[in-house]
Amino acid sequence: MKDPIIQLKGLTKLYGSQKAVDNLNLNVDQGEIFGLLGPNGAGKTTTILMMLGLTEPTKGLAQVCGYNATRNPMEVKRKVGYMPDSVGFYDNMSAMENLLYIGRLNGIPEDGLQARAAETLETVGLTADRDKKTAAFSRGMKQRLGLADVLIKQPEVIILDEPTLGIDPAGVKDFLALIKQLSRQQGLTVLLSSHHLHHVQQVCDRVGIFVEGRLLAEGNMEKLSGQLFGAAGYVTSIALEEPIAHPRALEPVLKGWEDIEQVSVQENEIEFTCSRNITPALVRLLVENGYNITRVNQKNYGLEDIYQKYFESGIQKAGSPK
Amino acid sequence: MVRKEITDHIRSWRFAILIGLIILTFVASLYVSLSNIKAAIGNVNDPDHTFLYLKLLTTTDNSIPPFHIFLSFLAPLLGISMGFDAINAEQNSGTQTRLMAQPVYRDNILLAKFISALVVVSSLFATLALLMIGGGLLLTGVRMEPQELLRILGFLVVTIAYVAFWLSLSITLSIVFRQAATSALTAIGIWLFFTIFYQLVVNLVIRSFLPDPAMLTQEEVIRYNNIILNILRIAPNHLYTDAVATLLMPSVRSLGPLTMEQMAGAVPSPLPFKESLMLVWPQVSGLLASMTGCFALAYYLFMRREVRS
Repeated sequence: MKDPIIQLKGLTKLYGSQKAVDNLNLNVDQGEIFGLLGPNGAGKTTTILMMLGLTEPTKGLAQVCGYNATRNPMEVKRKVGYMPDSVGFYDNMSAMENLLYIGRLNGIPEDGLQARAAETLETVGLTADRDKKTAAFSRGMKQRLGLADVLIKQPEVIILDEPTLGIDPAGVKDFLALIKQLSRQQGLTVLLSSHHLHHVQQVCDRVGIFVEGRLLAEGNMEKLSGQLFGAAGYVTSIALEEPIAHPRALEPVLKGWEDIEQVSVQENEIEFTCSRNITPALVRLLVENGYNITRVNQKNYGLEDIYQKYFESGIQKAGSPK
Repeated sequence: MVRKEITDHIRSWRFAILIGLIILTFVASLYVSLSNIKAAIGNVNDPDHTFLYLKLLTTTDNSIPPFHIFLSFLAPLLGISMGFDAINAEQNSGTQTRLMAQPVYRDNILLAKFISALVVVSSLFATLALLMIGGGLLLTGVRMEPQELLRILGFLVVTIAYVAFWLSLSITLSIVFRQAATSALTAIGIWLFFTIFYQLVVNLVIRSFLPDPAMLTQEEVIRYNNIILNILRIAPNHLYTDAVATLLMPSVRSLGPLTMEQMAGAVPSPLPFKESLMLVWPQVSGLLASMTGCFALAYYLFMRREVRS
């Protein structure tokens, strides 16, 4: 097992008395796509800036590619490609010129530069617009150019801050597919921050949920939903043709089922909360007892639910001292 | 980086306009001085009459001010226009974070802004001066004294230092203020204050403090005069006009008032270049010092500045 490529230890950042990032510990392994998920103002961007050495942490350590980002930002910046959330370009220069400029700043030798820039533009699908002024670029094209900007230095790690912000759904899908493909092909480590759950859900191997400067939970989707809803267990809701006249009528039928933890009845819908997944058995039982089933629904928790739950608890915690 | 900044400057409209303005004044003042050059050179009473090329720059028939006075107004404008949006434009268009995420030192960004503008300005003034010398040679066929060349080069250096001062001031303002318009207006405000109001204010204040000159001995009058002059010299444009006038008019031998005793033994002849240079050395170093001070302040602010808003 190799050392994690991004290592944050007890990272804390204070703006005045306000805690932007609070004692953050996080490891991201090589080749992984990690999603940093949190509402606006959760400290995502601050964390990213500290990883790049653009902001000094008040306390703690940010280590990227084996370098201390605060002490040695140059080495880190050489290996890390960063796309800021509102990426801007020099409006009076064309896409190609913008890219060449960044290439030169990264010390790419002049003789291979043109070819490399053209290749990068090809990767992100901007070859047709290479000589257009960036002032005329749409948001989606700017994001693509931003990605090209990141890729031209052939980084080991890509950090994308809100990469999906302001692009239309089709554009988002393409963009994320591109990121995923690049990560898989070149073994890049990707860290992307977003407050958009679906986007993160689509591409990320692992997700960290970040609220009020604290990392509330971290892991892949299953692990996260396990952590959150483990207590709640599996929920199956079954809709019947007719409303149940007496909820009590079910009681003798269900007696002796140890897996069922809770049953709630709402008109013609019954919701079972169980410690195991027993949906087929439940259906059979109801059918045998003469109920007509119109719909069976097994609840799967998506990131949205996870997020919602964490977000709520985060707000409560933050709100209580006030 | 410097290369890109220079390209930016050259391509921008405001730069084209200012260059046009400066070239226009240059041509106008040169034209006026050319038409009066005969009288100026023929004036044997003037100890400077042998310096044809210096005369080209300073002679006028009072319809318009000579070139170096013009420059004391225009050079600040040039400096301000090149620097007022150096940092905040990058910040507003979102290119600053992108730039800083590249493996370049933060101070290089600031230095590139400063140096590129200086390179552009220096080459502009050098071109103008060389054009003037060449044109003068062609038109009059008079041989140039080495001293004249040195003086003109000195004039160039002082002018560039003067522009550099305003440039660093406006870059500082561009770091302090987030809006380009605010920083431009502040810079222009400072410039107006120094060129127009500063003298008025100083005169007003001094007059209320100063005892009646009739009651004072000559020495005291001179002392007060010196004080007033020194206060006026806080204004960078005063420093500049002092320095440039001395360099371009070799017969200027003092920048303050002289007593009769001091004047008595003096032969009305031009000073050698070295003496003129010695005379304006405080002015030049004052200009350079204020420029460096401004730049250091800019540097400090920029290095301490958080990347995000």
